Amino acid sequence: MKILVPVKRVVDYNVKVRVKPDESGVDLANVKMSMNPFCEIAIEEAIRLREGGTASEIIVVSVGEQAAQETIRTGLAMGADRGILVKSDAALEPLGIAKILKAVIEAEQVDLVILGKQAIDGDNNQTGQMLAALLGWSQGTFASDLKIAGEKIDVTREIDGGLQTISLKMPAIITTDLRLNEPRYASLPNIMKAKKKPIDIKELSEYGVDASPRLEILKVAEPASREAGVVVESVAELVDKLKNEAGVF
Amino acid sequence: MTTLLIADHNNETLADSTLKAVSAASQMGGDLHILVAGAGAASVADEAAKIEGVAKVLLAEASPLQKQLAEPMADLVVSLAGDYTTIASAASTSGKNFMPRIAALLDCSQISEILSVEDENTFTRPIYAGNAIATVRTSEAKKVITIRTTAFAAAALGGSANVEAVPVPDDSGLSSFLSEELTKSDRPELTSAKIVISGGRGMQSGDNFPMLEKIADRLGAAVGASRAAVDAGFVPNDYQVGQTGKVVAPDLYIAVGISGAIQHWAGMKDSKVIVAINKDEEAPIFQVADYGLVADLFTAIPELDEELQKAGL
Ligand SMILES: Cc1cc2nc3c(=O)[nH]c(=O)nc-3n(C[C@H](O)[C@H](O)[C@H](O)COP(=O)(O)OP(=O)(O)OC[C@H]3O[C@@H](n4cnc5c(N)ncnc54)[C@H](O)[C@@H]3O)c2cc1C
Repeated sequence: MKILVPVKRVVDYNVKVRVKPDESGVDLANVKMSMNPFCEIAIEEAIRLREGGTASEIIVVSVGEQAAQETIRTGLAMGADRGILVKSDAALEPLGIAKILKAVIEAEQVDLVILGKQAIDGDNNQTGQMLAALLGWSQGTFASDLKIAGEKIDVTREIDGGLQTISLKMPAIITTDLRLNEPRYASLPNIMKAKKKPIDIKELSEYGVDASPRLEILKVAEPASREAGVVVESVAELVDKLKNEAGVF
Repeated sequence: MTTLLIADHNNETLADSTLKAVSAASQMGGDLHILVAGAGAASVADEAAKIEGVAKVLLAEASPLQKQLAEPMADLVVSLAGDYTTIASAASTSGKNFMPRIAALLDCSQISEILSVEDENTFTRPIYAGNAIATVRTSEAKKVITIRTTAFAAAALGGSANVEAVPVPDDSGLSSFLSEELTKSDRPELTSAKIVISGGRGMQSGDNFPMLEKIADRLGAAVGASRAAVDAGFVPNDYQVGQTGKVVAPDLYIAVGISGAIQHWAGMKDSKVIVAINKDEEAPIFQVADYGLVADLFTAIPELDEELQKAGL
């Protein structure tokens, strides 16, 4: 079984981004970039499926600028077999990405796609579901456990009320939630080995997909700021302030 | 110009989030219809019909819809979509699951987790864990939108819309429901509670959460947690507040043994009053709390319980 893992290069999760003064976007100059954490979980899951004998090959794909090659390399260092970079300098939206991924999947004949439930920059939480729709495949979103048995895959999902387990017909799209696994760090020897693994560089135009954006971002603003609060000296003072100053009870 | 809002429910009762989603959808212009998709969900449709501002309720019943799985939900909504300019739902885990599938089947983009309706085509939404707010405009013929319900007040009751049964397309058989493990609680639902008390890694163990539950019961509060507390297995996943968990905006949020990472902050920053109890005075949570108490939670929480009791709570 071939597994495709789409990954995204994003601002590192420890960075608190700043909005540009002209409100045209966020300031990404000299900011640390990393693989989206949910994508790391997706790669880890694919590697475990290969280690368990279920998967034979793991392909990491990213759609984005040249620098996304580093992110693919990170996936290869974790243990994926090969990479594909679909080059595009344009800002793409989830529907466009899903259309490109569909074309990649059709060219590569994969059986399972595992990807992050959301990217921590756009916070859209759409690409996996859109991809499933375009392919006509089943979808198991927000997965915290997977069990593959023949042509079926049982997915336990993190939902608002707790956990839900569903059975999907393969081929399927899985999106990862935080509890699916704890991603490994790439070891130094594996980082060295990954340098020799192949990354296919494709131009977006090769896929003949119209991925042009549909939405217009009018501005990007700072959220409402909160006034700095006070430090209270005791629990009694806290309760007094909550009652008499804040009036919350 | 009509909006179809997909209701969140458990086949017995309508979720509070739907009332808030109605407020948002009412601002999108035109008529508003609600779709109740489920099995044995007629009472939910009757409830939805009583929401003010709702012109019609569509009731779609079939067993594959019972758990609102994405594939049958998307097929159903796409079969109805011709009549609507906007398709909306709350950004619950249910809506987050099926809405993008609907959007892609309609060859339409989705605008996720809107915070406000600026005009019929323009919305604001949080990006980068709420560290920035984007104003987004669409010019597409159809709009697919999910709503961050904490940003909207609940719609009033008092309507009397008609309920109309709609046909359900054949099930594709791509997915089926096996089982669920739902967290049982008599406390209010996390995302609609007026007060939330959350515990973090500082709680050390799930065995210590009853301390917070005791306070929660005094205050009629819900109990939440940080990711670290969920990952460590102290509490179930549905307690997680944050960028990638639940978003809450209660009148009072009490963070206990939580450091205040960006991702946690993203899920509770719109609370009216934030209290932090943490033994580390350098913890980032103090920079954003209205009231901070630097203390060991294992002495502060029992004391808080006593003080609340003294205050007659
Ligand atoms: C992709 C991604 C998504 C994430 N999504 C979320 C999310 O949705 N929600 C979320 O919460 N996090 C999320 N996180 C995790 C987040 O980055 C933090 O790691 C997490 O919030 C930390 O939880 P914590 O504050 O409980 O733990 P810590 O950061 O370890 O803080 C524990 C705090 O407890 C205090 N403490 C310890 N003992 C005591 C005591 N006896 N008395 C008083 N105080 C004490 C300490 O001083 C410390 O400040 C996400 C991370 C990533 C990478």
